[in-house]
Amino acid sequence: MGNVLSIIVQRLALGVLTLLIVSVVIFVAVNMLPGDFAELILGQGATPEAVKIIRQDLGLDQSLVTRYFGWLGGMITGDLGTSFAQLNFQTNMGGGGGVTVADQIAPRFANTMFLAMVTAAIAVPVAVTLGILAALYRNTIFDRAANIFTLSSISSPEFFMAYVLILFLAVLNPILPSLSNIYAGMDFSDRLLKSLLPALTLTLVVTAHMMRMTRAAIISLLASPYIEMARLKGMSPIRVIVKHALPNALAPIINVIALNLAYLITGVVVVEVVFVYPGIGQLFVDSVKIRDIPVVQACCLIFAAAYILLNLTADIMSILSNPRLRHPK
Amino acid sequence: MNTLITLVICLAVLAGFAWTFRRLGQYGTRNAPEYRDMPFGVAFGYVLGVVVLVWLGLAYVASLGSDPAVANKFFFLGMAINAFVVFSIAAWLFRVAGQRVGTQSTRKLFRSMPLTASFGILMILIYGILAIFAAWIAPYGQDEILQGVAANIIAGGDVALGGDPEFPLGTDQIGRDIMSRLIFGAQNTVGIAFATTLLAFFLGGSLGFLAATVGGWTDQILSRGVDVLMAIPSLIFALLLMTIASVWSSRLGIPLTVFMVLIIAVIDSTRVFRLARAVGQNIVVMDYIEAAKLRGEGMWYLVFREILPNATAPLLAEFGLRFCFVFLTIAALSFLGVGIQPPLADWGTMVRDSAAFINYAQFAPKAALTPLLAAGAIALLTVAVNFVVDWMLHKSSGLKE
Repeated sequence: MGNVLSIIVQRLALGVLTLLIVSVVIFVAVNMLPGDFAELILGQGATPEAVKIIRQDLGLDQSLVTRYFGWLGGMITGDLGTSFAQLNFQTNMGGGGGVTVADQIAPRFANTMFLAMVTAAIAVPVAVTLGILAALYRNTIFDRAANIFTLSSISSPEFFMAYVLILFLAVLNPILPSLSNIYAGMDFSDRLLKSLLPALTLTLVVTAHMMRMTRAAIISLLASPYIEMARLKGMSPIRVIVKHALPNALAPIINVIALNLAYLITGVVVVEVVFVYPGIGQLFVDSVKIRDIPVVQACCLIFAAAYILLNLTADIMSILSNPRLRHPK
Repeated sequence: MNTLITLVICLAVLAGFAWTFRRLGQYGTRNAPEYRDMPFGVAFGYVLGVVVLVWLGLAYVASLGSDPAVANKFFFLGMAINAFVVFSIAAWLFRVAGQRVGTQSTRKLFRSMPLTASFGILMILIYGILAIFAAWIAPYGQDEILQGVAANIIAGGDVALGGDPEFPLGTDQIGRDIMSRLIFGAQNTVGIAFATTLLAFFLGGSLGFLAATVGGWTDQILSRGVDVLMAIPSLIFALLLMTIASVWSSRLGIPLTVFMVLIIAVIDSTRVFRLARAVGQNIVVMDYIEAAKLRGEGMWYLVFREILPNATAPLLAEFGLRFCFVFLTIAALSFLGVGIQPPLADWGTMVRDSAAFINYAQFAPKAALTPLLAAGAIALLTVAVNFVVDWMLHKSSGLKE
């Protein structure tokens, strides 16, 4: 067991290292902006004195390396700075103690996590069940139809799926609300109902991939001798698959589930914009449009961290479920 | 809550039907093995299939009815069924034509082709023709604001509903012909995506082969760099870089679209690099590479004359998938408002601009056509490419199951 633990610690260290390098990449990318933040904040009315004051306020007169470590330290302690929009508001209107980026992100982050969890709760059981069914009835008309359907839903853009769902479930048959106006203090069922349509859209997108992988993982095992044995002793096909094939196919299935949850992070951006869902993806896109660099930077790092974490989980899960991977060649 | 209860009751009724169906089959055929050994799930599947088909048929009839409240409700379903039937027939005809016309080998290819693949090839051909000849096919220019024509003319060309037969798909919010913009969209969106994919393949492919041939430190540095770039989700990274590029583009006077092509090509070339390196490493150990090295051939010759021709097959399948990815990324960026910039006509932007019309679908279904057509155009092309790639992979892997 010590071996497993050391491998996990090793992977975690590697993940942290990757995250550090990613933060450097993001920081350097942002610093490739022409001019600097001060001019961007002030926009058209930038007088040299004002620029100088703001540069001092933000610490822009220090060297790149010092600033990087300052930013990194802030990120780790949860101080993500103040957004340009807020700063602009303060300089023009006076008053202090504005909303920091951390204050902006925290509730939205919780909303996005809620959406992702609802999606996972629907998508994972549906995908695994459908995958098992497709493997069970392989090469029948059901399998073909499922193949065409999943291939189409993998390859259509998220917003197409979103609008088709809005059209049929919100406009033509008003079952679900098409706008997800979530606010603090909503009760759970109301919240669930409001975020059901975006969750369904994301489900459609990720289910297809997970289902195909489940099907492929199970089918690749069906030629094994122990499956033959189970069949020959007269087990029903569904029992053969669920009791004998599925446990052995679990490693690739878990892996693909974790990878798809990582994919959700990207998908969530477009879907949140379509449904005006107050999550971190929408904040990110809005900040990109108004070039609000501190928010963009912070969101980008959070997305990257979540992505790396989920990939790491997939890695560790597959090592745990497959003993052969514990012994490097 | 009510919908949920209805759903459960419907499923229970279906389960009852399935049981009856199996029972009747067993009685009617005197326990023929097919019915005797039929699992309940299969019986349920048959019943469900029949019910769905009947419902689709009824919905199609309803969509043709004269009562607008009902007809509007099923308008889109009817259209989807029409499109499905027309596309199926077109794909079938195309396959039949392919089996008759052409050289021996193409005819053989078409004979073993599934309908989905022939549909995909047909669609790709149509899109290609539209993209290349857009300027001749489209009735108006892409950024031509037509004088004396109202804005927001509804699609369908029915004057009583506010349409105009001269503009079968209507006009947009500032009076441009939507059909022309859709056709030019093929040129812009597909053309830019194609160029981006080519660039990504050139970058990723040559660097990947280089890493495979040279090995050592070059390989380590390139691979670790790619690992880092791949650790950031691609759409997020693209959005971050587009923020920075938007400032640069206004400062340098270079169109943002150029930056977008470069950014997406670089981000996507990491995936190509991985594949090219893996494929290249298998080729580099071959004897003929060793022979070429002993002959004293240069690196350029090794990569482009020895490795590349032997790596075309896997790279070609990857090209299709990468194209889909790039195409979808560009569409998503445009949809979010930071991709292809106006006045270039582009499907993602068109969806965003006209998305609000979907809310009128209940009363004026044709008003909701524009965003759906633009989004559907994106979906149709990616689906078509995926069908073809799926078929190619299936064929080359030789999998029968």
